[in-house]
Amino acid sequence: MENIKFVLEKSARIDKLIDDLYQKMPEIESARGLLVTESYKQTEDLPIILRRSAAFAHILRNLPIVIRDGELIVGSATVAPRGCQVFPEYSYEWLEAEFDTVATRAADPFYISEKTKEELRGAYPYWKGKTNSDLAKANMSPEAYEAFVTHGIFTPGNYFYNGIGHVNVNYEKVLKKGYRGIMAEAQSALDKLDVADPEYVQRNNFLKAVIESCEAVVEYARRYAKLAKEKALVEKNAERKAELEKIAKTCARVPEFPAADFHEACQSFWFVQLLLQIESSGHSISPGRFDQYMYPFYKKDIDSGKITVEQAQELIDCIWVKLNDINKVRDAVSADGFAGYGMFQNLIVGGQDIHGLDATNDLSYMCLEAAMHVPLPQPSISVRVWNGSPEAFLVKAAALTRLGTGLPAYYNDEIIIPSIMARGLTLEDARDYCIIGCVEPQKGAKTDGWHDAAFFNMCRPMELVFSSGMDKGVQIGPQTGDVAQMQTFEEFFEAYKTQQSYFIKLLVNANNAIDTAHATRCPLPFQSCMVDDCIGRGKSLQEGGAIYNFTGPQGFGIANNTDGLLAIKQLVFEEKKVTMIELRDALRANFGYGLTGKAAERVTSEVACSLAEEGIEVNEAVIRAIYEEVTSGAGIEPAKRERYREIKRLIDETCPKYGNDIYEADMFARAVANTYTKEVEKYKNPRGGIFQAGLYPVSANVPLGAQTGATPDGRLAFTPIADGIGPASGRDVKGPTATANSVAKLEQGVASNGTLLNQKFHPSALAGMSGLTKFVALIRSYFDQKGMHMQFNVVTRETLLDAQKNPEKYKTLVVRVAGYSALFTTLSRSLQDDIINRTEQGF
Amino acid sequence: MDFYSTKGRIFNIQRFSIHDGPGIRTIVFFKGCFMRCAWCCNPESQKYEIQTMIENGKEKTVGRDVTVAEILPELLADSNYYRRSGGGITLSGGEILGQPEFARDLLRACKQNGLHTAVESTANAPFESIEKILPYLDLYLMDIKHMDGQKHKEYTCADNQRILENAKKLASSDVELIIRTPVVPGFNDTAEEIRAISKFAASLSGVQEHHLLPYHRLGQDKYAGLDRNYALQGIEPPSKEKMEYLLSVAEESGLKCQIGG
Repeated sequence: MENIKFVLEKSARIDKLIDDLYQKMPEIESARGLLVTESYKQTEDLPIILRRSAAFAHILRNLPIVIRDGELIVGSATVAPRGCQVFPEYSYEWLEAEFDTVATRAADPFYISEKTKEELRGAYPYWKGKTNSDLAKANMSPEAYEAFVTHGIFTPGNYFYNGIGHVNVNYEKVLKKGYRGIMAEAQSALDKLDVADPEYVQRNNFLKAVIESCEAVVEYARRYAKLAKEKALVEKNAERKAELEKIAKTCARVPEFPAADFHEACQSFWFVQLLLQIESSGHSISPGRFDQYMYPFYKKDIDSGKITVEQAQELIDCIWVKLNDINKVRDAVSADGFAGYGMFQNLIVGGQDIHGLDATNDLSYMCLEAAMHVPLPQPSISVRVWNGSPEAFLVKAAALTRLGTGLPAYYNDEIIIPSIMARGLTLEDARDYCIIGCVEPQKGAKTDGWHDAAFFNMCRPMELVFSSGMDKGVQIGPQTGDVAQMQTFEEFFEAYKTQQSYFIKLLVNANNAIDTAHATRCPLPFQSCMVDDCIGRGKSLQEGGAIYNFTGPQGFGIANNTDGLLAIKQLVFEEKKVTMIELRDALRANFGYGLTGKAAERVTSEVACSLAEEGIEVNEAVIRAIYEEVTSGAGIEPAKRERYREIKRLIDETCPKYGNDIYEADMFARAVANTYTKEVEKYKNPRGGIFQAGLYPVSANVPLGAQTGATPDGRLAFTPIADGIGPASGRDVKGPTATANSVAKLEQGVASNGTLLNQKFHPSALAGMSGLTKFVALIRSYFDQKGMHMQFNVVTRETLLDAQKNPEKYKTLVVRVAGYSALFTTLSRSLQDDIINRTEQGF
Repeated sequence: MDFYSTKGRIFNIQRFSIHDGPGIRTIVFFKGCFMRCAWCCNPESQKYEIQTMIENGKEKTVGRDVTVAEILPELLADSNYYRRSGGGITLSGGEILGQPEFARDLLRACKQNGLHTAVESTANAPFESIEKILPYLDLYLMDIKHMDGQKHKEYTCADNQRILENAKKLASSDVELIIRTPVVPGFNDTAEEIRAISKFAASLSGVQEHHLLPYHRLGQDKYAGLDRNYALQGIEPPSKEKMEYLLSVAEESGLKCQIGG
C-alpha cells in the first residue's frame, strides 16, 4: 500500500470554484486600458514615475470588482472569470489588428465583445508613438532590429511588446508590516532626503510614487470589504453570509496592516499577487518560497487551535484556483509559443534555509497536495531538492508527477547555490533562492533578473556558416568564407563561433535598447517598493533599484548543433564520405525530402508570390504544381535526391549522437553550450548588472524551429529544434539514465539563468511505493552529477489514445514500460492497447 | 585479472530496468536458452546462434560476443543510480546457466566493483553450474512456472524435476532466493496452480518472497520479426482483478507476495 504524507480530503467548494472558472472562454475587458489612457491624458506634465503611480491609483479606484460565488479568497482583475485586461502603454497595434481573429484562433483564444473593441479603438490613437515598444524600437541599432524582426536569429519579443514581470517580491514584508508599514518606510526615507543630494529629484519622485501606489492598494482592498459587506446583508444562506462577513473583516485589515492569522495572510498574499499583474502586463510574477513565508502564520494558528489542517488546506486550494483566474492575451505568434494561457507564476517548496538546514515543513507538503486537488496549469509548482531533502517529501512530489500534469519541476540546490554565488550573491541569499517563470533561479525580493530576455536560436548561426552570413539575399552576418574551401573541422567550428558571437552582440544591443525603454516609459513604483533596495536607493526596479541585476537570454539548439558538428567532423573531414558542397546542397534541398504541413503551405505561397512578382500568372493549377513539388521533393533531380537522402541516412545511422552517454559526444556538447554561455556572460546591462545565459527554449523550439531550415544533424527543415538541454527528439536510445548522464556533462553551472531537461515516462514506471522511490532515486542520481533541473511528462492514457488515432502527430513518442521502450506508433494495435491499459493497472 | 577477458554471448544491455530486482538496475541479456516457453517475451534470446531479426522494418543483428572487460564500463555507467536506489546488475536471458563461466566472471567483476548482483534464471542446469556463480551473487530470482511436470513440459519443452531439486539446493545456500512465476492464462492462472507453487516456495527454507508476473505481449511483435508464429495469439493479459485474486491465493502460503518484479 502506498503510504504518502498529507493526503487530505478536498473540500467540495474547490471543484465548484474550478467549474465556475472554466465555464466560458476567457474574455478581454477594456476597463484597465481605458483607465490608463484617461489618467495619462491628465498627467502629461508629471515626471514618468508619478504618471505611473497616478495611473495605477486611477485604475484601482475605478476598476470593476467582483466576488465570485463560493470564494474565500477574493480579488479579480476582471469581471469575467479567467479574463484579461489590456496594457496599451506597452503596445497595442497587434491586438487591434487581431480583434477579429483572437476569438477563433487555435492557441489561447479570447472572446472580445464589439463594445470592447469600439472602446479600445477610441483609446488607441492616444498611444501612437508613445508606447514602450515604440521607444524600444527607436533605441535599437538597425542591424539588431533586422536580425530580430526580419531574420529571426533571436527574439526578445516578450519584453519588446509587454511588461517584464519575472520577479519575486517581498511577500513576507507585506504580511508582516502591511502597506501601512511600507508607506512609513518610504515616508521615513523621504524625511531623511538631503535636498542637496544630486539624485534628490529622482528619489523624491520615486518615494512619493510608492506612497501613492500603496495608498491606492489599501483603498482597493477596502472596496472589496465594502462589497463583501453589502453581499452579506442580502445573503440568505447563513453559512455563506458568515463567510462574506469574514471576507469583509479580512479585506478591511489586509494588506493595509500586518496579517493577524493564516486566513489574513492568504488574503494579503493574494492581493499582492493580483495587483502586481494589474500594474504591468509582465508574466512570470512568481510567488517563490510560499511555504516559508506563510509558515509562521500557519504554525501559530495550528498550535493555538484556531484552524485545522483541513481548513488551512482549503485556503491554499482557494489560492491555487485564484492563480488561474489571472490571464493575459498575447499576439497570435507568441500565443503559439506559450500555448495554454501560460502565466508562469512559479511557486517553490522545500530546499534549504539561509543557514543551510532543511526548510521543508507542513506547508511544503500541503502545496503539493493543493496541486493534486487543483489540477490546473497555475501555479507552476517547483520542488527544491538537496542532499538533506526528506525522502517522504520527494515521494509526495513523485506522486504528483505521476498524475501527468507535468508538475512539479525539480531543482537541485547543490548546483544552483554555487552557480548563483559565482554571479555575486552572498551565501545566505543564494541558499534562499526561488525560481522565476520557467526555470530561472534568483534570490527573491532583491533581484531584477530580466530572466526571459530573449530566445537565441543557435541553429541559425550554423545555417549562416553555409551561406557565409547571407540570409534571404542579405548579408546579415560576418563573411566567414566559402565552406567548400575550409580545410579542417576546426576552421568550420571557428566560423560557427564567429557567426554566433556577432549575433550575441546584436542580441545584447536589442536587450539593452528594450531595457532602457522600460526605465524611461514604464517604471513600476508598486512592484519596486517590494524589492530591495529600491526604497533605499530611491529608484525603481527598472532604473536599477534592485540589489542584484541580470539579463538572461536563453540559447537553444545544443543537441542539434552538437550532432550536426559531429556529423560534419566525421563525414566531411575524417571519413570524407560527403563533401561540404554536397552537404550544403543537401541541407538546402531538405535532404531530398519534401516539406509537410504548415511549412509546405508557407513555402508554396512564398514561391507563388515571387512568381507573381516576376509577372508570371499564378492560377490554381500552378499553385497545385508548386505544392506537389514542395511536398514530394520531386523538383530535385532524381540522382541528387537519392544522394541527399543517402547523406541523411549516413548522418542518422553512422554518426554519434548526444544523449547516449557517449563521453566524446557529450564533451563536445559541453563545448557547444559554452560557445553560447561563455560569450553571453561577457556583456553588461544598463541597470548595472551582467548578462547570464540560460539554456532552454520554453516551447519556442517549435515556432522557431518552423523558421529554421534543415540542419546538419539530419533534422528536416521547419521541424522542431531539440527541447531544452536534452537530446534531439528520438536520438536518445539508451534510456533515461544514459540521457541524464549525458546532460549532466554540460557545464550547467555557467547557465545560471537556468537549464531544462524534460523526460517522458509511462505511469507504470511510477507505480506503487517502489515505483515512486525508484523515481526519486533517478532524480537524486542526476542531481548527484550536478544536473540543475528535471521535469517529467508522464504520458497519459488520453495521449496514447490520441496517438493511436493520429499517429502522424506522434512519430517520436517513445513509451517505456518496464525498461522496455519503443516508438509507440510503430507497435501493433494489440500491443498499443496493452500499453494503454497499463496506464491504469499500475503494474 | 584473467577473468576480465572471459568471453560470452549476449544480445542486449538494458539500463534503467526497474522490475528485475531491487532498485534501478542494468540487465545483461545472455543469448541462448534451454527452454522454449510459449509466452517468451524475448524469443530472440532462445537460440545461441547469432541471428538476424526485422525490427521496425529494418534488419537487426541479434547477439554479439563480448568480454567482461568490454561491457563493464556500460554496467558501471549507472553506478550513481544503483547507489541511490539500492539497485545493481541483473543477468538475464536466455538462460544465464548456458554460459556459466561467463556468468561467474561477469558477476565477479561486478562484485569487485562494489555492485549488487542478481540473476534471473530457471536454474534448469546441473547444480555444478549454479555453484560456480553463487560466490559472487547476492540475489537469485528463480522462475518456477508450474508444479505439474507434464504441463510444464508441454508449455516450455522442458521437465521441471531438476528445477525443483535445484530450488531446494539453492535454498540452503547463503544467496537470497526469490521465487517468481509468470502468470500465463491457460497455463497456470488457476488458484490451484498458483497455490501449489506458492506452497512449494514456502517449503524452501530461507525463501520469503513469491512474485507473480502477469503475462504480457510486449514481445509479440518480435515473433514476426523472426519469421515465427506466436503460439499464444489472441490471449489477453490477466486482468487486474484476476491478478489481485491470485495474489491473495499466493499469500495463503505466508510468504510476502507481490504483483510484478
